[in-house]
Amino acid sequence: MSFIDFTDVSKRFGDNVVLDDMSFNVANGERVTLIGPSGSGKTTILRMLMTLTKPDSGTIAIDDEYLWHERRGDDLVPASEAHTRKVRSRVTMVFQQFNLFPNMKVLRNVTEAPIHVLGKQKDEADERARELLEMVGLQDKADFYPSQLSGGQQQRVAIARALAVEPDILLLDEVTSALDPEIAAEVLDVLRDVAKTSDVTMLLVTHAMRFARDVSNRVLMFNEGKIIEDAAPEQMFNEPQHERTKAFLKSVLEEV
Amino acid sequence: MKFDWNYALDILPQLLDGLLTALIATVVGYAVALVLGLVFALARRSHQKWVSVPVGFVVEFIRGTPLLIQLFFLFFVLPQLGLALSPLAAGIVGLGLHYATYTSEVYRAGIEGVPPGQWDAAIALHLPRRRVWTSVILPQAVPRSIPALTNYSIALFKDVPQLVAITVAEPFTVGRGIIAETFRPFEPITMAGLLYLAVALVLSYIGRIVERRYKGMATA
Repeated sequence: MSFIDFTDVSKRFGDNVVLDDMSFNVANGERVTLIGPSGSGKTTILRMLMTLTKPDSGTIAIDDEYLWHERRGDDLVPASEAHTRKVRSRVTMVFQQFNLFPNMKVLRNVTEAPIHVLGKQKDEADERARELLEMVGLQDKADFYPSQLSGGQQQRVAIARALAVEPDILLLDEVTSALDPEIAAEVLDVLRDVAKTSDVTMLLVTHAMRFARDVSNRVLMFNEGKIIEDAAPEQMFNEPQHERTKAFLKSVLEEV
Repeated sequence: MKFDWNYALDILPQLLDGLLTALIATVVGYAVALVLGLVFALARRSHQKWVSVPVGFVVEFIRGTPLLIQLFFLFFVLPQLGLALSPLAAGIVGLGLHYATYTSEVYRAGIEGVPPGQWDAAIALHLPRRRVWTSVILPQAVPRSIPALTNYSIALFKDVPQLVAITVAEPFTVGRGIIAETFRPFEPITMAGLLYLAVALVLSYIGRIVERRYKGMATA
């Protein structure tokens, strides 16, 4: 078994089939970019791994532990909340809309989970949070409220906050889509750093193709709830095999 | 008919005593409504059906029946079931329970006003359920609720005269006692009404200040 396993996963919202019996896996430490037209199921994949969206059928496993199921003898039964909690504790996610907690200052946004989930002492958590804020270039914003920060700054805080929970798997859901291109660049620089300096497994949904090429070692092309192409970035961007992929990449690259 | 100032001055101390009782009923009853309303709102959102369903039923039942009948029940029926409350205690419980069903709706709206992304982020950070409520959701939901909650303090205060039905000595009850002795209703009833008006005006003034302060916060 590999590190992350999607097996025969389906999801529909009403009549709309978002994921159609799809299977794929990800190795530990891999950086995988999910591309494809909107509505093709990329974000749903991330939300399922974070347990924010439940699959209709199929299984998802992290390191041989099912996210939505538990083994009972030879059977798979729906997971208890405690089991799901335990398995997802290795995963965290950064969102398109940042989702910082507006009632907390920046520092507490970053220390909240280390203190109340990892059980760290406040001093230790504060120190680590300041290191992370320095890494994202915001050491002087620790005592600001999120509403006092620009969008790009908020997203960088969100990245620091995600790293503070010491994840094995980092999910990035269109983290620059709500930002101006110039501001997006500063966020992508931070993420390049993260990719370079850590061995965290990354799944990212993005339309920033150059960034995808820089940080990922694998690209999955989604279309109508299926993966239609799975290749290394050089291959995917230079010599796409599938007609649909060619058309999609052409439209995205023209946009930029 | 002429307003008799001497008579008015004579009965003023009794009416002020009554006003004090009304204020106690308001403050304590409102405190009960604030706390119990939050408990109701959280219980109705519980994943445990055996909690959310009965609490939902009780809340709808209390909200759907008149306060006056609830007061009668608390003061005249409960003693027959072995639980005797003083008039003021029954009044406070009645007002508190009744208004808790209104405040619970205010809290519910405040909780639902917290963007779904906040829940997503709390899950992504693995925060324990209790912590999500105490450090993320309620600190955002409660400030949003404060203007509407303040308005219910005024409404509750204006319902205090209903306690006349269970002999709580608030200004209206006191006034009726005076009339029974003097057969002169004009001054006592007018003064009781004016006392209520004065306090209601102060409360709505406070309400407006609170509203102005929290309106900005709710949209920020």
